[in-house]
Amino acid sequence: MAKKETEVRPVVSILGTPVKTFYGPEDLPDFDYKTNLNDPGEYPFTRGVYSTMYRSAMWTMRQYSGQSTSESTNERFKYLLKNGQTGLSLAFDLPTQIGLDSDMPLAEDDVGKLGVAVDTLDDFERIYDGISLDGISTSFTINATAPIILAMYVLVAQKQGVETKKLRGTIQNDILKEYIARGTWIFPPEPSIKLVGDLVEYCNKEMPRFNAISVSGTHILEYGANTIQAVALAIAIAEVYIREVLKRGSDVDQIAPLFSFHLPIGGRNFNFLEDIARLRGARRYWARLLKEKYGAKDKRSMQFRFSTGGMGGGLTAEQPLNNIARAAYYAMAAVFAGTRSLNLACFDEVYAIPSDLAIRTSLRVQQILANETGVADVVDPLGGSYYVEALTNEMEAKIGEIIAKIDSEGGIVKQIENGTIQRELAMQSYTLQKRISSGEKVLVGVNKFQIKEEEKDLEVYKTDPETINRQLQRLKAAKANRDEGKVQDTLKQLAAAAARNENIIPHLFEPLKAKATIGEIIETLKKVYGTYKEPTTV
Amino acid sequence: MNTKKIIRVLIAKIGLDGHDVGAKVLIYWLRDQGMEVIYTGLRQSPEQVVEVALQEAVDVIGVSILSGSHVEIARKLMKKIRERKLDDVLVLFGGTIPKDDIALLKNEGVQGVFPSHSKLEDISTFIKDKVKLAEA
Repeated sequence: MAKKETEVRPVVSILGTPVKTFYGPEDLPDFDYKTNLNDPGEYPFTRGVYSTMYRSAMWTMRQYSGQSTSESTNERFKYLLKNGQTGLSLAFDLPTQIGLDSDMPLAEDDVGKLGVAVDTLDDFERIYDGISLDGISTSFTINATAPIILAMYVLVAQKQGVETKKLRGTIQNDILKEYIARGTWIFPPEPSIKLVGDLVEYCNKEMPRFNAISVSGTHILEYGANTIQAVALAIAIAEVYIREVLKRGSDVDQIAPLFSFHLPIGGRNFNFLEDIARLRGARRYWARLLKEKYGAKDKRSMQFRFSTGGMGGGLTAEQPLNNIARAAYYAMAAVFAGTRSLNLACFDEVYAIPSDLAIRTSLRVQQILANETGVADVVDPLGGSYYVEALTNEMEAKIGEIIAKIDSEGGIVKQIENGTIQRELAMQSYTLQKRISSGEKVLVGVNKFQIKEEEKDLEVYKTDPETINRQLQRLKAAKANRDEGKVQDTLKQLAAAAARNENIIPHLFEPLKAKATIGEIIETLKKVYGTYKEPTTV
Repeated sequence: MNTKKIIRVLIAKIGLDGHDVGAKVLIYWLRDQGMEVIYTGLRQSPEQVVEVALQEAVDVIGVSILSGSHVEIARKLMKKIRERKLDDVLVLFGGTIPKDDIALLKNEGVQGVFPSHSKLEDISTFIKDKVKLAEA
């Protein structure tokens, strides 16, 4: 009788398939290097969008920050630059994100809380005081009010003497996921998609080095999507925007290179190799999609360029320093997957927006990875691994499957409008939570390896309570010093342009120069576009 | 009369915070525990929430806030609750809440505080204990 086999722990992949104990050549039938992989920088870009990747330029280390008033954000930006950060990433407070001024009803409790408060162009200008816009790129996490923030960026650059054409950076400008996951919508989907298109069209003409859109899978993941759904939904959403711009007569090779993605790494469903394979598979899916479905000819249109966000959702309130280790694994997975830029959630983010220490530690995690580990020395070092390539194939196929299912059910916009997708993902989140509660899904410090004794409290960031008063005074002063007639005139012209269905970006400059507030501009546009009403989602 | 009462809960998002998956997870859980749960949707004011609580005769108001504005919002909500004489309603807060702020919320009259990553069982047990006590 044969010796009894050692008992093997069963493992199931995120795709629901059983995972073998090892992989070999039989897992890659019909594998062809040129078709499946090809060299980095070559179609279908499985191994990376550029040929030399981190040997020519390290990924951009870009920690998300923005707080309180423009002065204090300016200080934190300078602090991060002094510590070796290579790009900026600006967080706005909620009123700014949903088009309310600091003095409007419902706004006061959130002024300067999750990011910087911006009411007028003056606030925006102060954020960049002493920081030259031709030397640094900024990523803006802004969606519903993205056209206004872009216009402010252009105006501040002009004032600094920097040509619009030279501006670099990324603006999120991805409104559809806000209806699913993050809730900073203003207008209904249809005019909102039109505004996304306006921004892409404007950047195509005026700001060729700027990523006009960063379709985000991160928030969708936090909302309950699994890692593969988060990428598939982001691509389905990107296609809505592509169609919007194409229908205006743009050529796919003009606009596709302006698209970038912000994708999650980590979170409660994190799996090191699956996540790497998922992003490699997504690169190949996108390349084929753009070439075969949209007829792209330019290589740049087919390059799936993404930044990654190391997800806070995977971090725990218990034993918070463990989160530094989690973030380090997320970072390494992102680098193996070929990210171009990385933001890591900080160890104290379960409690508040990060402290200086926490944000610096996240930056150091990245710097250690880049400088001390050697992982950035060879492009796609996992390429050719039987397991990784088999998974990459599966992931690419699954992305296609998810998108085809959405399309067959009327498309992503319809699913958002009737709340189907929100319900499905929230229910998944609930199921995962129950698996954690039952201990089936292990979370160190939460349902395994807990400690009894009360831990020392972390020193968390606290918003300066004077923020609101300072911002209100400033807004009052800005309103007192402006020409009211000019504000009203320029807003009227903006409303007329919106009613004529023109691209609104060029019509935002005059109201902003006249010191119209973001709230006033949004109120003006609401009269044309209407206001979104949430469907019932539970 | 000792008819078994079904606990009625209102889960509310007050302020501008749009992160509501935690609220929804809790809604599913409380429903699975046999409670009746109503959800306000996003961007509600304390006044709106108190009005719904009155109309729906709820036993519990659970407020989810991840934007850091929980203390200010608790102050406003509790004031409205007192004005409308809803003192019997059990008020819970959950979300991104630093440990130091738990005492601040309790000072405002919030009875239960459940920061992010609290166990679902702890929340439902807390509700069942408190609401039962009030009925006894």
